[in-house]
Amino acid sequence: MKKSTSFIDQGYGVFLIPGIIAFLIIIILPFMINLGISFTAWRGIGAPVWIGLKNFQTLIHDSVFWLSFKNDLILLIAMTVIPTIVGLLLATFLFDYITSNFGQRVSSFFRAGFYLPQIIPGAVAGIVWEWILQPNSGVVNYILKAVGLSSWTHDWLGSPSTALLAVMVVLVWVQIGYPVVIFMAALQRIEPEILEAASIDGASWLQKFYYITIHLIRPEILVVVLTTSIYTLKIFGQVYVLTGGGPGNVTSVPSYYAYKQFFETGQVGYGSAVSLAMAVIIILLTILFINFQSRQEREESI
Amino acid sequence: MAPIRHPSVNSVAKWIVLIALSAVLLIVLMPFILVTINSVKTEAEFGLYGPLSLPRGLNFTSLIDFWNRVNFTQVLINSTYISLTVAIFGVILSLLNAFALGVGKIRGRVWILVFFLMANFLPQEALAYPLYYFAKFFHIYDTALSVILVFTVIQSAFGTYLLSSVFSAFPRELIEAATLDGCSKLGLLEYIVAPLSLPTLSVLFVFFFIWTWNEFFLPLILLPSNANQTVPLAMAVNQGQYGMNITAQSASGLLGMLPCLIFFLIFQRTLTRGITAGGIK
Repeated sequence: MKKSTSFIDQGYGVFLIPGIIAFLIIIILPFMINLGISFTAWRGIGAPVWIGLKNFQTLIHDSVFWLSFKNDLILLIAMTVIPTIVGLLLATFLFDYITSNFGQRVSSFFRAGFYLPQIIPGAVAGIVWEWILQPNSGVVNYILKAVGLSSWTHDWLGSPSTALLAVMVVLVWVQIGYPVVIFMAALQRIEPEILEAASIDGASWLQKFYYITIHLIRPEILVVVLTTSIYTLKIFGQVYVLTGGGPGNVTSVPSYYAYKQFFETGQVGYGSAVSLAMAVIIILLTILFINFQSRQEREESI
Repeated sequence: MAPIRHPSVNSVAKWIVLIALSAVLLIVLMPFILVTINSVKTEAEFGLYGPLSLPRGLNFTSLIDFWNRVNFTQVLINSTYISLTVAIFGVILSLLNAFALGVGKIRGRVWILVFFLMANFLPQEALAYPLYYFAKFFHIYDTALSVILVFTVIQSAFGTYLLSSVFSAFPRELIEAATLDGCSKLGLLEYIVAPLSLPTLSVLFVFFFIWTWNEFFLPLILLPSNANQTVPLAMAVNQGQYGMNITAQSASGLLGMLPCLIFFLIFQRTLTRGITAGGIK
């Protein structure tokens, strides 16, 4: 008996060969080389010079790198905090109120509408908003002038005081639909009887939302929080198009900073060190994510 | 009295709520609307009536000018070719990997899966320079092939992860019965596993296509010349060049969004099914 099952389970390894080879060449090898370069001074041509940890010492004292990193932390508000909270409220509202009063079709329509900004390329979203926020003929300043608030008009993306905030507005717009879709699917798992029982026991809407809904869709909330945090570290296209990291470096983010080292200033060794620092943070977040998912699976199987 | 009045008050409130929510949606959709209405205005019209007025006629000059300026036909062909090829090979590679890991349950599969997921999440910056160097070394720099190779692997990392978990629930009896009947492993994949998982494979296909279409960072590095650019790349690189005027800029935004809006209309169901299936973005 034992023999026949092992016969059935054998011979699958072959199918992994193309995948493993492709991975070694496209992901592992470049990652290792990047790791190696981060210990060198290299301008992309000639031979790299081994300098040990010097790039990382520079990194620790590099104010622009830390500013980029701090910007990413601020952008977490736009990518993770606001979309998760607003998405949770919107999804609950669509699910509870709109579906029960107007039917599934109407609430699906709203869900699709809120999701729309997610499907266009990040760089194109940047182009559209750059156009909207233009200092001279942009829509925002046009509206301000039209309602008599000419003094409020502003070079939103071009001045240091508002550039990061403007980028955040764009990111919230892009990001909001993702949690709405995930949370609406999650809400379908909640059995209506639980909410009904709570209502009979006199629970208010807010109490039900807080103690039942949020509690039961906790897995999805964590998925959204972790994935959007990882996406925050990867933001590139929007910043490239909207501000190019400027003015000065006020809207620089690590990925853009690494790009600049590689392809603008030609500090390839240093760029590798910057990108390695990003990779380490993302790997830590991924481990957190996997840990959480496997714990979730274990809980479900019990 | 009360039971009769109650529903009517309620229904008025209901409609007010719906209108309020529609207003919120309208704000979210405003960038799409604005870009559309201003792409069909003349520059003079824009100057006279501003960005908020409805167009007084359909003027396609800005759109056509921009289309020709960036050779949009070529750009569309590039994007379609790259995204389609990546979607096809990405799905095949995911299928092969997931067949070994999900159905085959080979040893150490959990670690291999973690490794695949990590590869998908890894910042592309940490691979960018070596990939750029490789592409030059193998003379595929500035060709669609370079981008296709890289994204087939990156997308299949996620595909492998998602598909393996789907396959681990694959009915064991089917596999055993077919094997005992003398079906080879390849036959198993070709005639049983692949056909039965077609719905999941089609979700992956659509996502790979759209993700690849929307990619920006690596194409920016690997495809420098205008003739090889993808849609987001062509839009971004041409932004603000040739003293582009305001209606031309909105035309570029519209042309950049339009293909994705069309995909969305076609694949809306597949997309929502996919997002809810795996926490896919």
